[in-house]
Amino acid sequence: MIVADRKPVEEIMDMVKDASSVLILGCNECVTVCEAGGKKEVAVLASTLRMSFLNQGKEVRVDERTLERQCDREYLEEVRDVADRYDAVVSLACGVGVQFMAETYPRLPVYPGVNTCFLGVTEERGLWTERCQACGQCILGQTAGICPISRCAKRLLNGPCGGSTKGKCEINPELPCAWQLIIDRLNALDRMEDYEKLMPVKDWTTDRAGGPRKVVREDVQS
Amino acid sequence: MSTKTPSTLEKVLNAGHLAVTSECGPPRGSDPEVIKKKAEMIRDHVDAINITDNQTSVTRMCSLAACIQLKLMGVEPVLQMVTRDRNRIALQSDILGAASFDIHNILCLSGDHQSFGDCSQGQNVHDLDSMQLIQTVRHMRDEGKFLGGDELKRPPQMFVGAAANPFADPFEIRVPRLAKKVAAGVEFIQTQCIFNLEKFEEWMKGVRDRGLDEKVHILAGITPFKSAGMARFMQKRVPGMDIPDHVVKRMSDTPKDKQAAEGITIAVESIQQLKECKGVHGFHVMAIEWEEKVPEIVERSGLHPRPAV
Ligand code: SF4
Ligand code: SF4
Repeated sequence: MIVADRKPVEEIMDMVKDASSVLILGCNECVTVCEAGGKKEVAVLASTLRMSFLNQGKEVRVDERTLERQCDREYLEEVRDVADRYDAVVSLACGVGVQFMAETYPRLPVYPGVNTCFLGVTEERGLWTERCQACGQCILGQTAGICPISRCAKRLLNGPCGGSTKGKCEINPELPCAWQLIIDRLNALDRMEDYEKLMPVKDWTTDRAGGPRKVVREDVQS
Repeated sequence: MSTKTPSTLEKVLNAGHLAVTSECGPPRGSDPEVIKKKAEMIRDHVDAINITDNQTSVTRMCSLAACIQLKLMGVEPVLQMVTRDRNRIALQSDILGAASFDIHNILCLSGDHQSFGDCSQGQNVHDLDSMQLIQTVRHMRDEGKFLGGDELKRPPQMFVGAAANPFADPFEIRVPRLAKKVAAGVEFIQTQCIFNLEKFEEWMKGVRDRGLDEKVHILAGITPFKSAGMARFMQKRVPGMDIPDHVVKRMSDTPKDKQAAEGITIAVESIQQLKECKGVHGFHVMAIEWEEKVPEIVERSGLHPRPAV
């Protein structure tokens, strides 16, 4: 899923300080799972904003809504009837949702309420870690199912750097070295000889280096 | 191993001599005298001098320009090149720039992570990794082509090196990793500083068992301690460094005013022991801002005078 983290309230307050009506718009998907932008977080942020405005002696209406998804046009339509009532929308969806909301309502100021971080997993409640950088040409088949592009601090494709120490990365003794993980797993799979296959120079055109990407599926376009 | 480039370092190695290289860090400014002064101190005691490329990710005068300064002095440079800061366009372009000044040695590295340096908030590039950079230089030199396939005029004549750290983890991958660099086309290796001689010999045994010492020249990395404090710091704080407790103890048991001399003695003893290690073809003395001691280390190790080739 896409993992996001809460933005400091002060930053959000600063974005909407001139509005007299604000809609806090949550999303029921990834940001709900990572507890950054679901219904619960919408309620918490809305009441914090109400309090802050009250303390500043401002009368501001702060409403709450949470859509099924903000990355699908049909759900964004659900706020069409009320959208023009607000001076500002704070979207707690990932950056994708924020942009799609802004695109759908060109005249409505839409602000990001979370920091969108990465594609990752829930390791345990309150702990999310990165697993993929969406490079568009997956190499997990050659790396025992562990991604060195997202998990090695130098995205090395051919093995650990000289800084790998006791299974940890040179940049942080808390962080597993991706290549240690890959080697351990190759060992477990009895596939160590795979390590010595040279990974060729990568074609990054399917990564962000190739510009904004798209997936076209004519078979489902009807 | 047959000689393929005009590199003096390559000639020394292929003639069967124990090679000696050292390195100089360029200044954090634009004064060329800094690099010239360091090079002057050691030029008669080494076959080639590496110029580090923004080591520990701290911004410095570029390695290429500092290598040109050496070249103008008639000293043989080894251009260090990290993949951290440049994409494949910039790397190839710098290789051609270096070749235009007849710089004949290159050391291909991935580089320390930028979080250690003065630009910790910067991007890193890592378009290629060190193995792929080795392949790139070999491709440019041997095929006379750019990575993209186009013909290039006057291919670089570079002796291609890389680093190996026998002490990083996982240990089991350390010999296969060297094999991989050899397959990528590396011709000489400079190792991480060696303090744990037993572990190094164990690695070298693995290297010999696979016949890799016949395919690549290995220069053992030597660093003299200036003080017990430096030994402790390196033991605790530098990732990928293996310094046994008894070495740190030997330094701290030495009175303060004699520690520097003891550090040099340890370095000399290490070289003497490693000379006996089959597969070690030379030494890379990294005297981190202590260049004035390199001549003493080289002389006391019986590696002076340098052979004329
Ligand atoms: S190789 Fe690319 S697509 Fe596959 S997990 Fe890594 S970043 Fe994601
Ligand atoms: S220590 Fe491991 S994860 Fe960290 S940069 Fe080096 S190879 Fe990558």
